[in-house]
Amino acid sequence: MLELKSVDAGYGTFQALFGVDLEVRAGEAVGVIGPNGAGKTTLMRVISGLIRPRSGSITMEGADVVATPAHRIVGMGIAHVPENRRLFPRLTVEDNLKMGAFMPAARAKFAQRLEFVFDLFPRLKERRNQLAGTMSGGEQQMCAIGRALMSDPKLLLLDEPSAGLAPVVVQNVFELVKRIRAGGLTVLIVEQNVQQVLKVVDRAYLLEAGSIRASGTSAEMAASDTIKQAYLGV
Amino acid sequence: MEAFLEIFDIYLLEAVVNGILLGGVLALLALGLNLIFGVIDVTWICYAELVMIGMYGMYYLFSVYHVPYWLAAPLCILLVAGLGAALHLLVIEPLLSAAPINQLLATGGVLFVLQSFATVAFGIDFRNLGIRLPVLALGEMHFSYSRLLAFIAAGVGMVVVYVFMTRTYTGTAIRAISQDRQIMALMGVDTRRLYVITSALGGALAGLAATLLVLQYDVHPFVGLSFGPITFLICVLGGLGNFIGGFVAAFLFAEIISLGGLFSDLEWGYVLAFAFFIAMMFVRPAGLLARRS
Repeated sequence: MLELKSVDAGYGTFQALFGVDLEVRAGEAVGVIGPNGAGKTTLMRVISGLIRPRSGSITMEGADVVATPAHRIVGMGIAHVPENRRLFPRLTVEDNLKMGAFMPAARAKFAQRLEFVFDLFPRLKERRNQLAGTMSGGEQQMCAIGRALMSDPKLLLLDEPSAGLAPVVVQNVFELVKRIRAGGLTVLIVEQNVQQVLKVVDRAYLLEAGSIRASGTSAEMAASDTIKQAYLGV
Repeated sequence: MEAFLEIFDIYLLEAVVNGILLGGVLALLALGLNLIFGVIDVTWICYAELVMIGMYGMYYLFSVYHVPYWLAAPLCILLVAGLGAALHLLVIEPLLSAAPINQLLATGGVLFVLQSFATVAFGIDFRNLGIRLPVLALGEMHFSYSRLLAFIAAGVGMVVVYVFMTRTYTGTAIRAISQDRQIMALMGVDTRRLYVITSALGGALAGLAATLLVLQYDVHPFVGLSFGPITFLICVLGGLGNFIGGFVAAFLFAEIISLGGLFSDLEWGYVLAFAFFIAMMFVRPAGLLARRS
């Protein structure tokens, strides 16, 4: 579904990604793990067009992502839940969800998508008229994921969905990822919480200092000595 | 003594009502400027000059080409909306990532360009539509219909903007963009296009103000100076980019001008308003309704 080939990217004179190759097949959940500053967020941003790659190619179902203007990429079926949620704090929950359905194709299905999101997160329905910035971190994360789902995406990019949440809430977020997957959605998830993320994904990549150092099924990754030592604390 | 008080009260009431009527138009002007600042983060120093061009548009359409007022007004609103979009595309967009002071100087430059253009093209004569609307007598109080009309039309204009901002996708995006610019592309929003739409909307509000002000004031190349500075003070007092703050500040200023004018000359009303502004800048430097952050 999504394919990255030798992607280089960075900010100004700083290069954050070096020749990244990555593939996500339809229906899969894929994880990208790695330490702080490894380039995980940059990877997500380069896929959704927030920054453009310096070289390399990115295709979504065969279509060229790099040649597509950033605001059209969501129309290709890629929805990005950014790091730190990035809700519009002074808009209501419903207006935030409305922004997720801004594309003309999504507007036509607004009522249906809203029902879908409210079914997934009944809490959001209760709080639909509340300002998004006044909700708890967990609720905000639900709203951010809901907003991304409003565009009826094929591929969901989740950037550190567990960051800054209480441990109990983190559990809920990973449960949620499982439920979203069950609905047939393809998921690419970036996480520092390696132990948890390996339980919900099929495959994972290890990203260190901007390069892919290892990849494999979650079982292989969990069994790998380097990952055990560096990330699982065993 | 009693008779004196009675008359005094009527004049006071008249001044209060006139202040409210003036406040409507000032609120309309402030809304346009706040919209541009809130969304694009740029101050159009030349905002009142767009109004001036709009007033000339009304003068030429109505007095020279004899287009009826009801048709000239929407044409004029479209003209200034186009001017707003052009201002964005030609001046603001190339400077979007420039230092704020450069943007300020550039729109300040446009102010002089428009003033000079008007002087060369239209001359320095004071012109008016020659429409004399009757005066409404309510008991012993007198209100001009042109002010009443301006108040109502400004009110309708603001309600239309409110509905647009809260009910439509584009309006919601305009409110969202000022809260998080970078992620708008993730929503599928073309920020460049949204900026042009916002600039056209800001221009349309200036155009609407022009069609109303031209009923009350003569138009000349420097007429922008009569309400440009006061519009800026209102926006700053309300908190730049804060729509509700601008609305409140517009009526506050209008009342100060109107009541100040009652107790002495009209010019003293403006002096009082400016003095009030300076005092408030010490008390609430971020504006009346500054957001606690």
